[in-house]
Amino acid sequence: MSEIVLETRNLVRRFGAFLATNDVSLKVERGARHALIGPNGAGKTTLINLLTGVLPPSEGQVFLEGEDITSMASFRRVKRGLTRTFQINQLFNEFTPLETVALAIAEREGVGHNLWRSIAGYGKVIDEAAALLARFGLSSVMGERTVILPYGKQRLLEIALAFASKPRVLLLDEPAAGVPEDERHEVLQIVADLPADVTVLLIEHDMDLVFSFANRISVLVAGAVFVEGTVAEISTDPRVKAVYLGENA
Amino acid sequence: MSVLPQETTVSASSSTAAAETRAAKLMKRRSRIRFYEIIVWIAAIAAYFLLPSKMLILTEIAILALFAVSLDLVLGFAGIVSLGHTAFFGLGAYVAGLMALHFIAEPVTGLIVAGITSGVLGLLTSFLILRGSDLTRLMTTLGIGLMMAEVANQMAWLTGGADGLSGFSPGPILGMFEFDLFGKVGYLYCVGVLFIGTMIMRRIAFSPFGLSLKAIKGNPMRSAMVAVPGRKRIVTAYTIAAVFAGMAGALLTQTTAFVSPDVLAFHRSADVLLVLVIGGTGYLYGGIFGAILFTLVKDWLSVITPQYWMFYIGLLLVILVLIGRDRLSRWVEYLPERFSKKEDR
Amino acid sequence: MLTILFDGIAYGMLLFILACGLTVTLGLMNFINLAHGAFAMAGGYVTVVMMNRYGISFYWCLPAAFIVSALIGLVLERTLYQWLYQASHLDQVLFSIGIVFMAIAATDYFMGGQQQLINLPPELSGRMDVFGVGIGRYRLFTIIICAVLAVALQLILSKTRFGSRLRAAVDDRRVAMGLGINVPLVFALTFAFGSGLAGLGGAMGAEILGLDPNFPLKFMIYFLIVVSVGGTSTVSGPFLAALLLGIADVAGKYYVPAIGPFVIYALMIVMLIVRPNGLFSRGGR
Repeated sequence: MSEIVLETRNLVRRFGAFLATNDVSLKVERGARHALIGPNGAGKTTLINLLTGVLPPSEGQVFLEGEDITSMASFRRVKRGLTRTFQINQLFNEFTPLETVALAIAEREGVGHNLWRSIAGYGKVIDEAAALLARFGLSSVMGERTVILPYGKQRLLEIALAFASKPRVLLLDEPAAGVPEDERHEVLQIVADLPADVTVLLIEHDMDLVFSFANRISVLVAGAVFVEGTVAEISTDPRVKAVYLGENA
Repeated sequence: MSVLPQETTVSASSSTAAAETRAAKLMKRRSRIRFYEIIVWIAAIAAYFLLPSKMLILTEIAILALFAVSLDLVLGFAGIVSLGHTAFFGLGAYVAGLMALHFIAEPVTGLIVAGITSGVLGLLTSFLILRGSDLTRLMTTLGIGLMMAEVANQMAWLTGGADGLSGFSPGPILGMFEFDLFGKVGYLYCVGVLFIGTMIMRRIAFSPFGLSLKAIKGNPMRSAMVAVPGRKRIVTAYTIAAVFAGMAGALLTQTTAFVSPDVLAFHRSADVLLVLVIGGTGYLYGGIFGAILFTLVKDWLSVITPQYWMFYIGLLLVILVLIGRDRLSRWVEYLPERFSKKEDR
Repeated sequence: MLTILFDGIAYGMLLFILACGLTVTLGLMNFINLAHGAFAMAGGYVTVVMMNRYGISFYWCLPAAFIVSALIGLVLERTLYQWLYQASHLDQVLFSIGIVFMAIAATDYFMGGQQQLINLPPELSGRMDVFGVGIGRYRLFTIIICAVLAVALQLILSKTRFGSRLRAAVDDRRVAMGLGINVPLVFALTFAFGSGLAGLGGAMGAEILGLDPNFPLKFMIYFLIVVSVGGTSTVSGPFLAALLLGIADVAGKYYVPAIGPFVIYALMIVMLIVRPNGLFSRGGR
């Protein structure tokens, strides 16, 4: 069995009386393409928030590469190789895409605290930022303010920004949401092209996309892991169908 | 059109190279010296020759400008609304006064000691503003400002209490330039410190550190998600701002040879906020432009209505907010960026 | 000892009445109104003018102070404040500081800068002795009135239709509007009511807290502490915070006069370190 990089043990999160995450114990192997699916309100985003430290859990623990990171600050988790994208774009509106990714690269390289040298002087950071933006088709708008970019471009920047941190574990919260249908596969293609040892945990509603991308799937219902298995197992599981049909009915 | 260009390797690498060149250019352009910056410093020097009778008010402007520029680092960059920035200004003023009274009359030494002392206070209090909401920060900063005022009031044996601190006269700057009666040397001294301070903070603004501060202000959650250690950055920025605020206070002491308890009064914290808001936040020179406008308006008001000028300052604040301060301070964007018109996009 | 405690409670109760309007503006409209003290000052001066110039009884002045301050609040809310509910906190801070400055200068212009004194009715002045504890009659009066008000406030919020509408509007403005609640009206009335309470507090506090044009600035920090320590989600939170602050301040100034003025700041700092999200906030959101 291969190495577990991300693990939760009996994770619980309550909002008042509402149980958003109910005793979730999840194991994600290194290099996995792991999808997290489930009906609306199943607690998928809450789980991502718990994994990345946006929210503290009510109970339970989170481990990254064997280390207990349950109470670690978000930025430290990112430094240890865990990062994410957001379902709703979380960008720096007044920044240009170039400034945005340059910031992330500078922080990754550990020069973010330098307050004396101009950021223009970090040639390697700028070059890498430019190359990354080119890869996401954002070169032409790299000098515009993010807030005036069309939604599709902002969405790409959202994902490019997570890439800039060079994560070893990447959590994608509905990366294709709002991206036109014919371009979704290309977005995920970039993700699929990540080195094999980068672990990806994906939340997605589009089942075709999930089945073509993932090699392992967890189904979340009402905050708890309902069933977990390979693509073949999940796609033929009658119970999963029932959950989704039940939602649609 | 496809979002992700499917190009051959050759054209892909050449487009990457093009992107790199453009990125480097854009980044250099960001920190380029703007047209208005040069105008500001030329005007500051020109004022020395053209307005010899106005040295006192010009000195006042330079000091207020340094104070406001230091606040911009906290407010315009890190996005922290402070109601007690004068705690650092006032501490610097008293330290400079005490230095001159008891130890060394040389101003630059006093200036540095005052800056360091205020910086220490900034560092200590910065931990209190890290947590909580805007509301708790308002309370904390206001509380620290008031506390400092109370300290100065209670320690009358040291600070002179309500009478203030006097009976000292600053020596020649660096042992060479004696302060003159007309305040000419004082003005140059303050402009010099303002220039150095602004240049230092300008470097900080365009460094990776400065960028990360703006990221914390823009979107704290995301900035954490790109590994920006928010608290550490805020502590550093707050401390640096305190150093320069303290130096501004020291300049006031040294040019007036007097420390009044008024240096710690709440209205100074409010004034400096107003100054920055008039000039616009987040690009440092807003503090300088704001200081010029504010001082002129206040000077004019205090001639018209010496006792009740506060009313009009309040009215100004209310109108400014209702009109929308963004609209007012956006004028800077219409200034030409550089001398030549050539665009180099 | 008990006398100090008693005075502290009276002081704290007064702070609560003064600040609870601010709690509501903050919790309900997310508006940081630093000018809240100006409404309190208005109430205080209404009392001073009515009593000292026209010789009207103190008891009539209290409701008058409430009504005048509430009216001022209503007018300002409709004309100015309502435009800034969506504005940034910085804008709100600047705006309300502007109002404070104008209020201070205007008061100074019309009333002069000196401390204002009022002559309490004889039955409220002096002390009486209860089981060996010296109790100021006026302090007792203050405590009773404030306690009644606090209970009434709690009942209004939890039991009446207006209270439930208010809570609905706080929770989710859009949904509340969808349910046919006139949110702007609820906001305006609440703002006016909060201002009125502040005015009443200012009137009653003229004797205990003092009254001069700098009143709104002097007590700004107290209001902020009460609100940030007490939180904005309950009535009891700010109430307890105000009591704590009042007792600590009075006791500090009595027992350790040299450092008395620092007690509230010490309290503030300790609170920040121990419970940065407020003393009575619900754990986590």
